[in-house]
Amino acid sequence: MEKNLKTQVLIIGGGATGAGVARDLSLRGVNCILVEKKDINAGASGANHGLLHSGARYVSSDPESAKECRDENRRLKQLAPDCVEETGGLFVAVEGDDEKFIADFPGYCDNIDLPCRQIDISEAREAEPALSDKTIAVYEVEDASIDPFKLVLENITDAQKLGCKFFRHLKVVKFNKTGNNIKTVNLVNKNTGETMSIEADIVVNATGAWAGQVAALAGTHIDLIYSKGTLLITHSRITQRVVNRLRPPADADILVPGGTVSIIGTTSLRMESLDEIKPTVAEVDRIVGEGASMMPVLETSRYIRAYSGVRPLLGGGGKGDDRSVTRGFDLVDHAKDGIENFITITGGKLTTFRLMAEKTADLVCSRIGVSAPCQTRKIPLISAHETRWAVPGFSPKNWFNSHDKDDLLLCECEMVPQSAIEEIVGYFDIFDKHADLNGIGKRSRIGKGSCQGNFCSLRIAAYLYDRDHLSSDQGVSEIKSFLNERWKGQRCLLWDTPVVQVELQEAMHCGFFGLELNPDS
Amino acid sequence: MTDINKIYSELTIIGTGMAGMAAAYFASKNKIETTQIGINSGIIYSSGFFDLMGVHPIEDRKTWENPWQAIDKLVSDIPDHPYARLGRSNIESAMDQFMEFMNEAERPYMVRKNQNTKVITPVGTVKSTYGVPRSMWAGAVALKEKHPCLIVDFWGLKAFSAKQITDMLMPRWPGIRPLRISFPAVGPSSDLYPEQMARSLEIEANRIQLAEAIRPDLGDAAALGLPAILGIYKPRQVREHLEELLGVDIFEIPTIPPSLPGLRLKEAIEAKITGRGVRLLSQKRVLSAAQNTDGTFELSIGDRATSEIQQIIGCNAVILAGGRFLGMGLHAGRKKIREPLFDLPVFQPEDRALWHQTNFFDPRGHQISQAGLEIDDSFRPTDLAGKPVYDNLFAAGSILAHQDWMRQKCGAGLSIATAYGAVKAFKKLNIEHPTSNIEF
Repeated sequence: MEKNLKTQVLIIGGGATGAGVARDLSLRGVNCILVEKKDINAGASGANHGLLHSGARYVSSDPESAKECRDENRRLKQLAPDCVEETGGLFVAVEGDDEKFIADFPGYCDNIDLPCRQIDISEAREAEPALSDKTIAVYEVEDASIDPFKLVLENITDAQKLGCKFFRHLKVVKFNKTGNNIKTVNLVNKNTGETMSIEADIVVNATGAWAGQVAALAGTHIDLIYSKGTLLITHSRITQRVVNRLRPPADADILVPGGTVSIIGTTSLRMESLDEIKPTVAEVDRIVGEGASMMPVLETSRYIRAYSGVRPLLGGGGKGDDRSVTRGFDLVDHAKDGIENFITITGGKLTTFRLMAEKTADLVCSRIGVSAPCQTRKIPLISAHETRWAVPGFSPKNWFNSHDKDDLLLCECEMVPQSAIEEIVGYFDIFDKHADLNGIGKRSRIGKGSCQGNFCSLRIAAYLYDRDHLSSDQGVSEIKSFLNERWKGQRCLLWDTPVVQVELQEAMHCGFFGLELNPDS
Repeated sequence: MTDINKIYSELTIIGTGMAGMAAAYFASKNKIETTQIGINSGIIYSSGFFDLMGVHPIEDRKTWENPWQAIDKLVSDIPDHPYARLGRSNIESAMDQFMEFMNEAERPYMVRKNQNTKVITPVGTVKSTYGVPRSMWAGAVALKEKHPCLIVDFWGLKAFSAKQITDMLMPRWPGIRPLRISFPAVGPSSDLYPEQMARSLEIEANRIQLAEAIRPDLGDAAALGLPAILGIYKPRQVREHLEELLGVDIFEIPTIPPSLPGLRLKEAIEAKITGRGVRLLSQKRVLSAAQNTDGTFELSIGDRATSEIQQIIGCNAVILAGGRFLGMGLHAGRKKIREPLFDLPVFQPEDRALWHQTNFFDPRGHQISQAGLEIDDSFRPTDLAGKPVYDNLFAAGSILAHQDWMRQKCGAGLSIATAYGAVKAFKKLNIEHPTSNIEF
């Protein structure tokens, strides 16, 4: 089925930036379509610490980024309180860390009016018992944690309510130009093979690390460095506050709590390509070792997931640590390259996503003659009904309050009932009926409990067949791709109990069902 | 220490999974005085199917119709595979004797001479296996002959969808169709569990109600498939009564583990083995093991929760059949894999980075699956020089190295045949430490 759509603005990329641009433009009354080749937060937006920077991390190396973080931190705490947990943050130095850096730190903060208070070490260790007894200095800052999945779901849902269309699994394959303008964009659905053509006045490339590839497809160029970062999620929450190592950025020096877990990372590894972005055992061991020098408990903690993202960094590839490359963002008007209606927004970080979206939308609006000002500085992001299943802790609470006996729990670890699955499938766009387990996973807690998808994948697949959301042999590839998505995060963390769970999973899915013998359809 | 109960046993089997149970059976058959210890039996995770040998080489996904030809090829390609220690005649004897035992235990199995049988799994895939529980046999026949067939599922029974199974099988079996009904005679709960349904069907009136619920939709079906819920203690009576009521062949399809076929196996085998005189200490574990100066072993026994010693077993020989990580026969730490009781050398990849492939379903399997105990021809774990670590310590089942039972589809066969081999080796070595000489 060939589809032709028309819109004012086509936004490519379903991460934080693309979602932010979609909401910003929609609030200004601009008609737009957001397309994503995989699903929300498939790149760096879904593979970061979930840290709402106070800015203190960048005071010495990049004061401009620090200021942007400082302002956006305060704004998001007010505008998106449901996505933010106001944990507060600490900068902590341990024996052996650079004393000059420690001594200079408060001065750097003062330079940009960033609140930073030195606190007594014993007081700090009382508040955060996980801190090492070798701690030598502690400063308190205004860091917080932010849920990137909820943030992006809320932005997209709000945009959709304002008329924006969102399509998943839709990959750009060709830009068709007339003179210096992109006239239409050809896209293909990666699941169904169906093609679509979208005519737009302006095209926004918000594809993060993939911005160079998309720009090249449009016949222009973006210079990016790929820096891979790996992070680990602990089984339980280690600290109440964000804990940063007080030293120039290095491996495993930030621990961010969120809900019942903590996230420790990252590494920084220059990558030549975007193909194999997966954590490695060596990275995991390095993070555990480095993290343990700041918080010894990390040496023996149980870890539930490892993941890697790619920071799209700007600039021509310096020699130093990629973390010293600017974390600022880049808004490129490709008119200078001879494409009048093509804009790329890349770089930056989660904390400044709203600002990036605002600047992009300003440029878009100036081009299409829209004078409406940015609304996202003022209008709060209210939690939508549609996003509630993604929130940790919502499902169990809902289950205990609902008392609907016919509503069977399909994910018993996270207590997700079949009504939630049915509802989420209903949100999938009308052109993409395919009910994928990974898509349901992005919008709920399925597979995130202790079974890591072993059992719930089977219950949910059976249910989806019963409801005609799956047919023929689709279930096998769904179960396989869902388990493989979980596997990416488990593979490097398999010792002790997780090895046991994985053995049972292989005994069932391979030994019993023989799914490894079924070719992927 | 004086109040700790001390017992003596000629042979102690550590592990209550398939290998441990098979070893206990072969030991009792050989009149060896045996004690068996284990916490949870891995048998409850069994589908009920007995795989002998199905896929080799796994990286080529080559499946075999004839398990014996597959074993011949396997043994010539992988001379360290545990099957290579046995030879066909031993494997055949082990399987035949164990099938006979299953008959005795009233859990009869069906086997095609020299041939694997294709059976249906709960996700609708078709699996090749060797021994098929009698309660599932009509499904294998109907699948082979493509008889018109009705698959029934129930509101409230999760992870079993007749629609999924029939959708998956339709291309090769056009005469198969699904039916969903309410399960009769269960209280107001809408969440159904196989065990509860099976108990309900042990009552005649409930079977009649179930038959009535299915009958209107039976149509031309010559066979009827149900989830494995047809009774726990009297599965044959339950199935035969339903067959009589509906006039068609009825078969079970296993549900996802832990399932009733696994539970039935465990209960029947346990009852039969203890009836034959095996002293079964279930829900107990071995806390530590040591060798006495006279060569006998002393095992400290506790319950699962505490590490308090409750009992001591002295024995002439031990068969390690504790399985892999799930069975706790092996333990994977962050740096390496260990055998926790005797600290035996464990064959394993050099580095944790090599344990698992980046794709969970990689057809080559995961290298960690090949890890385990290396043995000599007498099934005794060996040291790095290839010599047995102890003369009287044996190992059987999935704890052994150089096999991948999950990918090669040889789980039950490996357990049964190596248990047979270990018991036979124990007997042959004729270890004699008369009871009277053992002092505690």
